[in-house]
Amino acid sequence: MDTSYVTAFIEATQIVFDTMLRMPITFGRPEVAESLPTKFDISGIIGLSGDVVGAVVLSFPKETAEGVVTAFAGAPLSIDSDDFADAIGELANMISGNAKAKFPGRSVSISCPSVVIGKNHRIHQPSDSTCVSIPCHSSCGEFAVEVCIREVESAVGSQSASETASAAG
Amino acid sequence: MRVMIVDDSKTMRNIQRNVLTKLGYTELEEACDGQDALSKAGAFKPELILLDWNMPNMDGLTFLKTYRGQGHATPIIMVTTESEKPRVVEAIKAGVNNYLVKPFTPDGLSGRIKETLEKMAAA
Repeated sequence: MDTSYVTAFIEATQIVFDTMLRMPITFGRPEVAESLPTKFDISGIIGLSGDVVGAVVLSFPKETAEGVVTAFAGAPLSIDSDDFADAIGELANMISGNAKAKFPGRSVSISCPSVVIGKNHRIHQPSDSTCVSIPCHSSCGEFAVEVCIREVESAVGSQSASETASAAG
Repeated sequence: MRVMIVDDSKTMRNIQRNVLTKLGYTELEEACDGQDALSKAGAFKPELILLDWNMPNMDGLTFLKTYRGQGHATPIIMVTTESEKPRVVEAIKAGVNNYLVKPFTPDGLSGRIKETLEKMAAA
């Protein structure tokens, strides 16, 4: 995976947490993984389509997620409520949207978010994609941004890629 | 002033609602996607619309084209993660009056609203 993609997600995570939560984030060393590690309890998932395909997972332990959601929503929310999942999904949406704008020369669309809550869940990555896990540290605890992507060959100007991007809206 | 907030995220609608309330706007309506917005706009008659782009059922751009196609000149501010230049140009061509990229600060949203309404008043 081109390091510019990793940089894009680090910068996007920083700006989203700084701007919306006033919460500074520090980052550990990104690690390449064979599959999406998702070692935590809660995952906000965004699909990518167009010139780059794949998935972005914003993954939190329960305690970190509760703190982050409280800071974002302005009030504590029950982990069982739809609003809790909504807040996690919107954070994943903003990080993915901000990052994709930094992809060099690539036109990419993002899906609406999905959120999975539960211990030991596993997310299957798109085939032939490369996965990178970016460790993040906040005042609420650790979490991770996990990215599994594959560049579409000859994407620029290719009819199939434009159709995919257009269909994804 | 009647303001409609169109966003599929309830958290984001609440954040925008809080900013609008602090600015003194009390007549607020919410919609969770473009279809919902179209169905509520007739009765609510918004004087300003804050519009997300990526939403299920009907996205913001489709709502924008449909709403403008119905002849409505209501000022619309796109509030979205879509920040690439071609997307912004596409939205402007479709009739959006102003554009705010997520993430945003309360001051950023307030500024865009004031700017948009001042431009409309001067036109």
